[in-house]
Amino acid sequence: MKLTGWGNVPVLDCNVSAPRSEAELKAVIARGHAIARGNGRSYGDSAASRSNTIDMRNFDRMISFDEETGVLVAEAGVLLADVISACLPRGWFPLVTPGTKLITLGGAIAADVHGKNHHIDGSFRACVDWIDLMGPGGEVTRCSAGENPELFDWTLGGMGLTGVILRCAIRLRRVESGWIRQQMIPARDLDAAIEIFEDNLGATYSVAWIDCTATGDRLGRSLVMVGEHARATEVAPQHRHRPLHVPARPRRTFPFPLPGFALNPLTVRAFNALYYWNGKRQTGISTVDWDSYFYPLDSIAKWNRLYGRRGFLQFQCVLPLERGAPGLHALMEAIAGSGQASFLSVLKRFGPQDSPISFPMEGYTLALDFPNTRKTRDLMPRLDAITLAHGGRFYLAKDARMPAPTLARADPRAAAFAAWRRETGLAPAFSSSQSERLKL
Amino acid sequence: MTGPVLILGARSDIARAIARAFAAEGHPIQLAARHAENLGTDRDDLQTRYGVEVSLHDFDALEVRQHEAFVDGLPVLPEIVVSAIGVLGDQTENEDDVEAALGVIRANFEGPALILGVLANRFATRGSGTIVGISSVAGDRGRASNYVYGSAKAGFTAFLSGLRNRLARQGVHVVTVQPGFVNTAMTAGMDTPGALTAEPSEVGEAIVNAVKKGRNVIYVRRIWWLVMSIICAIPEAIFKKTSI
Repeated sequence: MKLTGWGNVPVLDCNVSAPRSEAELKAVIARGHAIARGNGRSYGDSAASRSNTIDMRNFDRMISFDEETGVLVAEAGVLLADVISACLPRGWFPLVTPGTKLITLGGAIAADVHGKNHHIDGSFRACVDWIDLMGPGGEVTRCSAGENPELFDWTLGGMGLTGVILRCAIRLRRVESGWIRQQMIPARDLDAAIEIFEDNLGATYSVAWIDCTATGDRLGRSLVMVGEHARATEVAPQHRHRPLHVPARPRRTFPFPLPGFALNPLTVRAFNALYYWNGKRQTGISTVDWDSYFYPLDSIAKWNRLYGRRGFLQFQCVLPLERGAPGLHALMEAIAGSGQASFLSVLKRFGPQDSPISFPMEGYTLALDFPNTRKTRDLMPRLDAITLAHGGRFYLAKDARMPAPTLARADPRAAAFAAWRRETGLAPAFSSSQSERLKL
Repeated sequence: MTGPVLILGARSDIARAIARAFAAEGHPIQLAARHAENLGTDRDDLQTRYGVEVSLHDFDALEVRQHEAFVDGLPVLPEIVVSAIGVLGDQTENEDDVEAALGVIRANFEGPALILGVLANRFATRGSGTIVGISSVAGDRGRASNYVYGSAKAGFTAFLSGLRNRLARQGVHVVTVQPGFVNTAMTAGMDTPGALTAEPSEVGEAIVNAVKKGRNVIYVRRIWWLVMSIICAIPEAIFKKTSI
């Protein structure tokens, strides 16, 4: 069947099976070139193998939850959304969450996803106690920081290339409410945004929406949003009797793919300007429910149709701290100068991270999305080159098109990962369209 | 009302989704299937997600003479029972192999009808309860591609209809569910049209709603009502030459 990532590009014709038991899974893995697929939220081709894609969504059982310690044991196909539904009423919230809750736990581990609190809590790895992984021969290995640590290390951020994640134990964070106290701080340009991030390193959550269409002395103008879990006493009076309960948001579905011309540099620029001025009016502190705060786009199902049938390309890099500012300037100037516009752009300060293959490092990460056009495809290699020149690297969960030499130059760890995979026999057994392209 | 819900044929994808939908409303769940001891992870899942009590019960729908004993063995008579029992079988095999056809007929008609009959009597004596039978749109009109399965489901639909009529004045309600295509193990590998194919979770939610509202017959996706009305309206002289 035809598969795509969330970016709708590339479209791959894949052999897909959806096993329902470990015995069935073992038989499917034995066919080789296997890759596990969760809820299809990675943007490119990392969760697709033409010959053997394994849909893991039938493995969606929660096994236990300890309300004293906040440790959840669950199968890999459980969605983060379901974790929140089950655990938030009991006073627990995921320690690390990306910008969508519609991802599986297996996917979160494979991409070692990060959230708005990376500078404080680190990546998803920080909440993973152990993982049960099925290997090429169907054998199940438990790995953790203390048990099979090498396998554990490569699995976090290993994009599913170390085996099929079956189960995991994750630790949640205790919260008093389902609300976030958010402070919106406008930044007139990029340097101001960086200064705000550096001044707010103690805040639990921080992220900036950045206007990639502004030029000149407004280059990189941003809205920095910092947040803290609200205490029960900080919740609005009408919700204070049930602080963990948040009224459900209405869900809408984006009705059809927008025609290609709808999202052009002009409309994107207008949207970004409106967004900035609207945000600036909301400067200050407000209390926002968890769903709107962490997952604003989840309320519109199939929002990726915004980009039409041609799909869209994501670009996300991280630049080391000492070269963050010049690197970001160069990236923003290249984008503004190209006349191409990124519809939604996000800037975030990462904290230190030292793990073998995960994406984050201490510095600044910039996430961009572009409609998939010839001009934006031409822009990508230029952004790659700027990233490389500033010592940065790339997020594989967003990648749909990077050439192998670019990855090799950005990330010497990739070659070590590939070599380790060959030595351990994982290389032909597990592969994705992405791993073949990137020679992982 | 959050009384216990008994799920018969608890191993199927639809049954799991139904159990979740009722557990999410706070109902204790009784899961019944063959080799119920293997349903431990499903029990853990329901308990972990929703904090409800879940019990497992060995049950074979085809052992019809054991049905009374099975109901006697339940820790408490359920408030609601849902039958998700059924097998699709293979039509060509059913045409040539009496044993295969008999299996399909018994699993889709005899087994589910007779156990619901036993529970109906208990519910009637008590004067309350809801019986949910999952039948199939295949039972609305027999077609060449699956008439053995379809005719068994037609029998089950008629049984549910009769049961509803009999119990209407005794405080017991009967819901007939016509799921249409559902994205499950049963339809894996079939090329089903997206607009007509429901997710198991939709079936679960539709059933919980139908029970709450006291609906009689539901099509999970309403479009199926229209589709089947059209299929049933085609004159036999024309219908027999079609391959729908």
